[in-house]
Amino acid sequence: MTIRTLLIANRGEIAVRVIRAAKALGMRTVQVYSQADANSLAVGLADEAIEIGPPAARKSYLDIDAVLNAAKAAKADAVHPGYGFLSENADFADAVVAAGMKFVGPSGDAIRLLGDKVAARRVAAEAGVPTVPGSDGRVDNTDVAREIVTRIGFPVMIKAAAGGGGRGIRIVNSLDEFERQFPQAAAEAAAAFGDGGLYLEKVIEKARHVEVQILGDGSNFIHCFERECSLQRRRQKIWEEAPSVALAPEVREKLCSSAVALASSVGYSGAGTVEYLYDDATGDFYFIEVNTRIQVEHPVTEMITGIDLVQEMLCIAGGAPLSIRQEDVRSAGHAIECRINAEDPYRDFMPAPGLVSELEIPQGDGVRFDTLLYAGYEVPPFYDSLLGKLVVHGKDRPGCLAKLRSALDGLKITGIPTTVPLHRALAADPEIAASRYHTRFLEHWLQTVFAASQGNREVA
Amino acid sequence: MSKVEIRSPLPGTFYRRPAPDSPPFKQDGDAVADSDVIGLIEVMKSFHEIKAGTQGNAIRFLVDDGDAVMAGQALAEVDP
Repeated sequence: MTIRTLLIANRGEIAVRVIRAAKALGMRTVQVYSQADANSLAVGLADEAIEIGPPAARKSYLDIDAVLNAAKAAKADAVHPGYGFLSENADFADAVVAAGMKFVGPSGDAIRLLGDKVAARRVAAEAGVPTVPGSDGRVDNTDVAREIVTRIGFPVMIKAAAGGGGRGIRIVNSLDEFERQFPQAAAEAAAAFGDGGLYLEKVIEKARHVEVQILGDGSNFIHCFERECSLQRRRQKIWEEAPSVALAPEVREKLCSSAVALASSVGYSGAGTVEYLYDDATGDFYFIEVNTRIQVEHPVTEMITGIDLVQEMLCIAGGAPLSIRQEDVRSAGHAIECRINAEDPYRDFMPAPGLVSELEIPQGDGVRFDTLLYAGYEVPPFYDSLLGKLVVHGKDRPGCLAKLRSALDGLKITGIPTTVPLHRALAADPEIAASRYHTRFLEHWLQTVFAASQGNREVA
Repeated sequence: MSKVEIRSPLPGTFYRRPAPDSPPFKQDGDAVADSDVIGLIEVMKSFHEIKAGTQGNAIRFLVDDGDAVMAGQALAEVDP
């Protein structure tokens, strides 16, 4: 049964993106919105719009009952969750299905399994996907721990099992340091978290973040090649590319096959992404996690493969088998995406909501701007700062970068500061042009190269 | 003597507590020093401390915990 009426349980540029894909497939679209989003582009584009609550996301876009009631009132037969908000909430996926509708994504059980870090690591290992070398779970005994660190090699992270978000981590570089730090770490973890449990993980230095796009219909599983997302600030991606120029063809083949093996092992349905760390020095890659939803940076994959991933998601959710076979997925040229945020790069990325008085969008072959903006739109302060994604496609990486520089010059957002100047500087940087970067490159570059350039900054 | 207003430099959501289960930074009636934090503004998923920026007595909050505020809106007032 194909989907006739689709409810979009999200906001911003991804809501616009989903509406366009659904309309292209002849679906009726219903957009939910908070009181702060009554004037949003998505509300204007959808066939119908239903208010679901006040601006605070927990009282609107994160309120499962409010979203479900809107879906029932609109007689929707499917719900697309976008990314963020309820997209990886297994209970929401189950509730949509229990209410007699289709959830555009994998089953609640698959979301639950792959969302649990320890369980996902086990699934990956069982599917033959390499994981970061370390202890298999907790290690309490110093002798056992010594044996593990000697085997995996330094530097090693000693992590508190009860820690998280970067807390309770020590990095040791030698056996001497390990002997001193391991007992201290246990005592400290016990004091800080009420649990002295530790585990060990090898530090992958100068790693790149590489991820594989997968599609599955429950029986057939394919990959749509990889994306590289190493340029990050505070663990937030800001610039993504496809393909990754760091991978040799045989590494790419192994990496992408491992993602398909993982998808197949859990009978995956929908679009998903398997994330990895890639070690430039050794050519090894390691599983990080699976994201069971469409990703922000999906357009770079669409640009190099010609596949509309959101339309594929909708067809799969409607019950159609995958329309593409692996041998039909071809990668052509190079694509780069720049995330344009309402943040001031000259003031430590201070968020900057407000009125966009004028908007000029670059046009041309291989240039795409996925956005929530229109001229005269007031960007509300309550949500993520992403305004849009400038995506360009060229026949090779140098051609793509040249086109990107021109497209960035043609993008004019007047009224609020944005990260466009940051992207102009990145697109002109020789290290970026040479693709010499890793996940810790950007923060250092911001403090050195970008900070030094602020003397002759343009007026925003 | 007229009251002095403490205004929000940013639009966003105003919080009177550092965390949902913590006591408020200041209670109505408290004295404040220039550098005292009186609340947080959440804007685009990031949090910013709001300092009193003035010295005074008997602070009175004009917006509730969790309310949406505009840039320049008065959050509280004090007796100078």
